[in-house]
Amino acid sequence: MILETLEIDSAEFVQRTGWELKPQGACKDDRCVPLGTDTEQPIDVRALARRLGMPLLHDETSGLWCLGPEAGGAALTSAEAPALELPGFDGTPFRLSALRGRKVLLVAWASW
Amino acid sequence: MWQKLYGELGPRGLDIVTVAMDSGGAEAAEPWIAAAHPRHPSLIDRSHLMGELFGVVNVPSGIWIDEAGRIVRPPETAYPRRPDFLDGVIPADATPEDLRGIDAVRKLRIHAEEYIAALGDWVEKGAESRYALPADEVVRRSRPRPVEAATAAAHFELGQHLHAAGCEEAAVEHFRRAYRLQPENWTYKRQAWNLLAPGQNPLEVYGSDWLADVEKIGAENYYPKIEL
Repeated sequence: MILETLEIDSAEFVQRTGWELKPQGACKDDRCVPLGTDTEQPIDVRALARRLGMPLLHDETSGLWCLGPEAGGAALTSAEAPALELPGFDGTPFRLSALRGRKVLLVAWASW
Repeated sequence: MWQKLYGELGPRGLDIVTVAMDSGGAEAAEPWIAAAHPRHPSLIDRSHLMGELFGVVNVPSGIWIDEAGRIVRPPETAYPRRPDFLDGVIPADATPEDLRGIDAVRKLRIHAEEYIAALGDWVEKGAESRYALPADEVVRRSRPRPVEAATAAAHFELGQHLHAAGCEEAAVEHFRRAYRLQPENWTYKRQAWNLLAPGQNPLEVYGSDWLADVEKIGAENYYPKIEL
């Protein structure tokens, strides 16, 4: 996720990464990683990146930061489908979870 | 492309959702979507969330999700039918460069018939289908994310952000780094090549293009073998 500063809002972090911030640390699926810091707002991104194994890049020309996904595992950490919300062709937001109860073939394609 | 299959399998309980991984957004994907008139959800993924969340590194890739929201097959090459380009006729006036391209495309490993037969089996039998994988196998087959791949993801995201902000030179540098760190990620490099200004050549800017990279790995390895 692109960051302008090294302090971020936890709601945004949770929505983007799926890691929830709880008193015991950052939790996703059945894993919890102690953060060793207060999880109150705002979050110190450097500490979070280090603990969760996420690359934190800095672009010097723009001054922006980018926090990457956690390294060391696989793209899927469980078989639970990640929450996916994207706009439709006409701009209407669509949630994959709206299809719960049906079988779904999710197809990624591109025009390029 | 998926409309016909949706017409066949939709009534039997399958929903199809297509996602265009296009930094250019609806504008880039629009001509294709308009031509297909899809009745299924057709989504636009400007930031390549499908790569970040599911580990998609090439297209088209299909993911099967059951009624409980559990993935039963992670991303793998998904064509709804045998694509015409596998059987293309070689034009009489084809240049040596054309022939290289046709030769590479014909060698692509695409087993659409087997894939769609497996999909139909799952639609019919659900969890009893031999093609519905257990949770640990889904995770095992998903794309590994070593530190190089995670760092490539961050470089790609920065590249896209800087490109959108008009900082072309800085964007290209991040796309180059993403490419070096995870050369097998075709969505990163094909998107980066596509974002070049008209007249710019991927070979000159990135030292790579589709045909050169496909020939380097062998066209038969462009789509990994599907273990059905």
